[in-house]
Parts: sequence; C-alpha cells; structure tokens
Amino acid sequence: MALMRITSPHAHGPMSTTRVMQSVLLATVPGILVLTHFFGYGTLVNIVWGAMLALLFESAALRLRGRPVSFYLKDYSAVVTATLLCIALPPYAPWWLIVVGIASAILIAKHLYGGLGYNPFNPAMVGYVVLLISFPVQMTAWSPPRGAGELHGLVAALEACFTPGNFDGVTMATPLDLLKQNNALLMEDLWQQTPLFGRWAGLGWEWANIAFLAGGLWLLYQRIFTWHAPAAMLASLGLMAALFYDGGSSASGGSPLFHWLSGATMLGAFFIVTDPVTSAVSLRGKLIYGALIGVLVYLIRAWGNYPDALAFAVLIMNFAAPFIDHYTQPTTYGHRDEGSK
Amino acid sequence: MAQASYRELSLNGLWKNNPAIVQLLGLCPLLAVTGSVVNAIGLASATTLVLICSNSSVSLVRNIVSDAIRLPVFVMIIAAAVTCIEMLMQAFTYELYQILGIFLPLITTNCVILGRADAFACKNSLAPAAYDGFIMGAGFGVILVLLGALRELLGTGALFANMDLLFGPAAASWKVVVISDYQPFLLAILPPGAFIFTGLIIAGKNLVDMNIKRRQDALKEKPVKGSKRVRVTGHIS
Repeated sequence: MALMRITSPHAHGPMSTTRVMQSVLLATVPGILVLTHFFGYGTLVNIVWGAMLALLFESAALRLRGRPVSFYLKDYSAVVTATLLCIALPPYAPWWLIVVGIASAILIAKHLYGGLGYNPFNPAMVGYVVLLISFPVQMTAWSPPRGAGELHGLVAALEACFTPGNFDGVTMATPLDLLKQNNALLMEDLWQQTPLFGRWAGLGWEWANIAFLAGGLWLLYQRIFTWHAPAAMLASLGLMAALFYDGGSSASGGSPLFHWLSGATMLGAFFIVTDPVTSAVSLRGKLIYGALIGVLVYLIRAWGNYPDALAFAVLIMNFAAPFIDHYTQPTTYGHRDEGSK
Repeated sequence: MAQASYRELSLNGLWKNNPAIVQLLGLCPLLAVTGSVVNAIGLASATTLVLICSNSSVSLVRNIVSDAIRLPVFVMIIAAAVTCIEMLMQAFTYELYQILGIFLPLITTNCVILGRADAFACKNSLAPAAYDGFIMGAGFGVILVLLGALRELLGTGALFANMDLLFGPAAASWKVVVISDYQPFLLAILPPGAFIFTGLIIAGKNLVDMNIKRRQDALKEKPVKGSKRVRVTGHIS
C-alpha cells in the first residue's frame, strides 16, 4: 500500500460544484421573478422546458462518453446552463428554438470539448449565439412588458412554446434596439415616443437588471466568486458610455446608467463573466478580462449589427482568456519576477 | 515505387487516404462552397477534371523534368488545366461560374492536386496516374457533396435546389422539399456550419474505422490461458 503524500495547504474547500451551482440557481430567482412579472410566464416556460432538455442531452452525452451519469447530473451544471440560456431567450419562444439552443450548448460547447471544466467557451453563450445568428427573427422578437401591452397567461405561454403556429402574440423591439434605430431623435423625444422606456432604461428591463444585480451581490457575499471581473466589466462599460454620451442625443449611445440597466448587462456581469471555467484565472487577469468585456459590449452595442452584445463579447474574451493568463501569471512567493530584475 | 493495384488505389482515394477527411487537404474550398449540393457538385467535378488532367500530364513529362524544377513545372501544368476548366465553366455554366467565383481559379492552389502530382503521378505511368487523379477527385467530391447535402438540408429544409445551374433548365424541377414549413437554420449554411459538419463527418469515419478494427481484433486468435509461450518459459497468467 502506498502512503498518500499530499503537500500543503491542507485546508479543505467546503464549496463543492453542486453547492456552487445551487447557489447560482438560487441567485437567479429574483431576476426570473421580475422577468415573469413584466413579461408574463414565457420565461418560466422556457426555463422549465430548457432544464428538462438539458438534463436529457446531458445524460445522453454522458452515457455516450461512458461517464457516470447520475454523478454528473447531480452537479446541476446542466440546469444552470439551461437557466442562463433561457433567461436570455425571448419569452414565448417556440419549443424547437430551445431544443437547438440547448443542444448546441450541452452537446457541442460542453461535451465535445470534454465536459464540465474543460469547455473553453461558455456553453450558455454559445447556445445563445448559435440561435442569434441562425434565427434572427425569432431571437429579436421580445414581447411588450407590462404597462406597454397585454400580458399572456400560463396557458397562452404554453401554447406559444409547444404549438407556435397557433399562438398570436405581439412582439416589439427591445429598448436597446430602439435606441439604435432612432438615431436622429433626442433622448427625451425617444422616451416620450414609446411606452417601452421606464425610469432609467427599458420598462421592465431596469428592474430585471436590478434583480440580477441583487442576486449577483448575494453570490459575491457567499464568496462564490471574487469582485474583480464583474466590477471591472461594469466600470469599463460605464466609462465607455460616459465617454461617448453627450447628455441628450440618442445617437451618442445612452448614459452609463442606461447601459448598466439594459439588456443582459447585470446577468452577464454576475452570472456569465464570473464563470470560473471560461474566464481568466488570476485576479489581475480577471480585471483585464472583465474590463475588456465591458469595452466590447459597448462597442458592439453602439456600432455593431446586433442590439445586445454580451454573448459576443464574452465569447471573444473566452478566446483571449488563456492569453491573458499567460501574461498575468502571478509570481510565486520567494521567486523573483523575471520581467523586473 | 511498386505499381499499386487499381483496387488499392480506389480504396485509398475513397476511404483510407481520402483527401478531404483523412489528409485534410483542400479545406478552403471544402468549407467555403459546400452550402448547397449544386455548388458542391460543380466544384467537385471541376477539381476532379483538373486532377485527371494534371496527373496525366505530370506522368507524361515525369522523365524529362529534372528534380530541381519539378514543382514550378507541376504548378504551371495545374494552372493551365485550371484555366481551361474555368473557361469551360464560364462558357457552359455561367451562373455557377459566378457563384463559385474565386474558388475556381483557387483550385490551382488546392493542395490535393499538387500533392498527388508530387507524391504519385511523377512516379507512375500514365494509366495509374490518371486513375489516381480520378479516384482522388471522386473521394474529395463524395465528401463535398455529402457536406453540401447535409448543410443544404439543415439550412433550408430542401435538397437539390438550383440544379438547373449545372444540368440545364430541365433540372430546375429536381428540388425536393424534405421538410415543408421549415425555419431556415442559418448556422448550417454559414461558415461555422461547415466546420461543425466536417468535424462530424470525420468523427463518423473514425467511428466506422474503430468498429472495423475491433471486429478484426476479435477475429484474431487469442492465446489460451495457461498455454506455454513460444521460446519463452513461464505461463501466461
């Protein structure tokens, strides 16, 4: 019998994958509730259907790869991926849209690369981008929020998902899209022109973002992740917006507050950018990684072809994460930094 | 180099040494123009014709071209063949010529062609060289058409659209709508789809190879436990 030889530190990390994933799921609850309040049951239907599919695809992939199925299913990572992806999908999305998205996320982005911990790209964002470039019409059709149009009940939401041909719903552009399309107007005129804008940003969107911010802060308090990446991302996004915003015209791209509370900003900052697998590792690396995502989000929002940018920004920086790690490797204690002799 | 049998040449071109999914040569046109079956057939036939012409010509001149200048000579032969094919397509299938665009002249730089000229044609006589060109082109073309069909089917829900570009007006009705009321899956037609589906085809080929190997291994005689090794003392445990 060989003796176990383990070097220090002998401390035990109480955080298992399962606990981390459960906390993340719990932290998305306020955001999901706010989305349901403003946009109806569509998001909930998406998430339940998506989570079922994710478990199905995950167990199929695990069986094919000859891995223990129940062990990996119990870590909730597939459910987290499905939840994050489905939050980002428009409510009342047809069932097949979610099938394609979850299949791309779980099968291609996760298991083809070796499963949890080996994926270089965030699976939820890969699923989202596959859908966005494949089905732009369905992916940019958001239902109007409470206060700007009628809401659908649970039955209508189920009908929209599973018999999309029979569903008759109204869809509208999102506030970020509107901002992009109405370049000639002043911000105030734009605000008055449509009921889609709320106090600081889009109606409903601002509260969803605040709810995700709250969930994210709770995760931070639980020490699921460090503050570096989300803070750097929000700071650089705000800085970019402040640099280009002239205070009135919508051509200048909206105030920092508008960008913080629009689209997927808070969901991205606290639930996507903080993904431990696909982000940079060192603290300095996380600062760079987050800051560049913020810059990219603003660049794509302001001058890109798509209204929101988080998925693209995150995927681009996923590519760059190993590169950032290479240059931000901390010097081990007792060694001299080779760069500064 | 010993003269390879035609059977072996066929097996090599179509399966064991397939230019597209084993050698992974000529990936640029493979990925770029396989958005539909008609594009795939067009490029596959053009490439095959060039391969036959270049392999035959290289085989004919192999004894009078010195080693030092063989590559420039091969490239000029290939370029001449490509120019002929390009002009033929411009004359007879003009729309397809326009769709394939830059990828027709780029056949010159397709590594499969120079690869076969240097690795096979310049060491073999005319008949095997021409046959090798044909079968390598066929192996390349099969994958091209398979990829084109997969991407067209998933991307548009139909197959064999616009075949009149290649086969004349009568072929306009060849289009088969496999799934009516289909939401176009743009990813399959866009470049990422080409990478994903090529990967899947390669994975499929490896899977078949693995199964064949497993079956062959199972057929081999296994040593019986306890039997004595030849020229080795001791027992197999």
